[in-house]
Amino acid sequence: MDRIADMGGTRGWGLTHPPRIDEPVFEERWQGRAFALGILAIPVAGWNVDAFRHATERLDRTAYLDDGYYGRWLNSAELMLTESAILAPDAIDARARNLRGEHVEEPPTPEPARPGYAPAAEGSLRTVDAAPAFAAGERVRARDMSPPGHTRLPAYARGHTGVVELVQPAEVLPDTNAHFLGENPQYVYSVRFDSRELWGAGAEPFAVTVDLFESYLEKIA
Amino acid sequence: MTSDGSAERLSPALRTEALEQLLTERGLVDPDAMDRLITRYETNVGPLNGAKVVARAWTDPAYRRRLLDDGTAAIAELGFGGPQGECIVVVENTATTHNVVVCTLCSCYPWPVLGLPPSWYKDPAYRARIVREPRTVLSEMGLELPGDVQIIVRDSTSEVRWLVLPERPAGTEGLTEEQLVPLVTRDAMVGVAKVEAP
Repeated sequence: MDRIADMGGTRGWGLTHPPRIDEPVFEERWQGRAFALGILAIPVAGWNVDAFRHATERLDRTAYLDDGYYGRWLNSAELMLTESAILAPDAIDARARNLRGEHVEEPPTPEPARPGYAPAAEGSLRTVDAAPAFAAGERVRARDMSPPGHTRLPAYARGHTGVVELVQPAEVLPDTNAHFLGENPQYVYSVRFDSRELWGAGAEPFAVTVDLFESYLEKIA
Repeated sequence: MTSDGSAERLSPALRTEALEQLLTERGLVDPDAMDRLITRYETNVGPLNGAKVVARAWTDPAYRRRLLDDGTAAIAELGFGGPQGECIVVVENTATTHNVVVCTLCSCYPWPVLGLPPSWYKDPAYRARIVREPRTVLSEMGLELPGDVQIIVRDSTSEVRWLVLPERPAGTEGLTEEQLVPLVTRDAMVGVAKVEAP
């Protein structure tokens, strides 16, 4: 899905922020609460981590950026909990207004609509019977595709050719798991791309490895 | 975000408090479980874990080989594992090769060995630019690499998590594993800094 979250190579962000010594894990109290709520609310909604990441990707620019990383956790949790009808739309804002002394009517609690998803096992790693389709050292091309739903194929790698550096264990495929359409576990390949392949002849010389699911890749004829 | 189209945005602190109330009053989330999670990442799980892994690898050649061969298993030997650490791959920085880690799509990070990511790692400028102009970005962050050093950026786009084994600094040959641990920084284990001798 081509949204703001897919940031690799995009322009206009300005300078990086140099590391600070002794930066607290949570600079403000709410950030830790938002983090914990996000994690603990995933099973409440009956969702999985891929679906949660897809919720983050669907946030608008303001909800994605303005309150930083833990703002994303908060806003993703809200989207997840309203889509699974654990919370009514506007329930959080109504409660927040009442917390600060307003008197607004809160929406009634809806009937939950969990997706009926159950993982085949804990975590994301799976074993598959088939052998990996690609081998270390093999040249492969990342498919030039832009699926409408969730994917972990970053836009900057699409259509480009690289070399398999490492064959990783099979993992649940986020593209289907995020939509509760099955785990479809696949091998993951750490594919090394030359910077000039990605960014043109004038690029700094370096390499990038991207961890790509088997169905993101095609053989080079 | 506003629900009624007005310009006012409620603060994230207030909205977080509202969400916590809504979920805890219905018994859907246990406030004690929240506290345990927060304490886990504020005090128990952080870059000290990764520093112990690195110091062991610097002083025990057999451990170093196991770590580079199967990071997850070697890290588990020291008791570290859990969420965001199902498959940890360790790559070694040397005088000629420099690895640096990013997640361009969100902010994936090896929690069991480094804890939660620092602000610079989650910053759009880092996520966008490190895969396009890493030498410039590293320089901006205070790390100047010689021109002949090969840079390899590791974009964490699956559940694989990357940990950098930094180069052991010259002048530390006489130090023990325990003395090396406090020298190893989070930033060196992500690849935006080198470990300095004391």
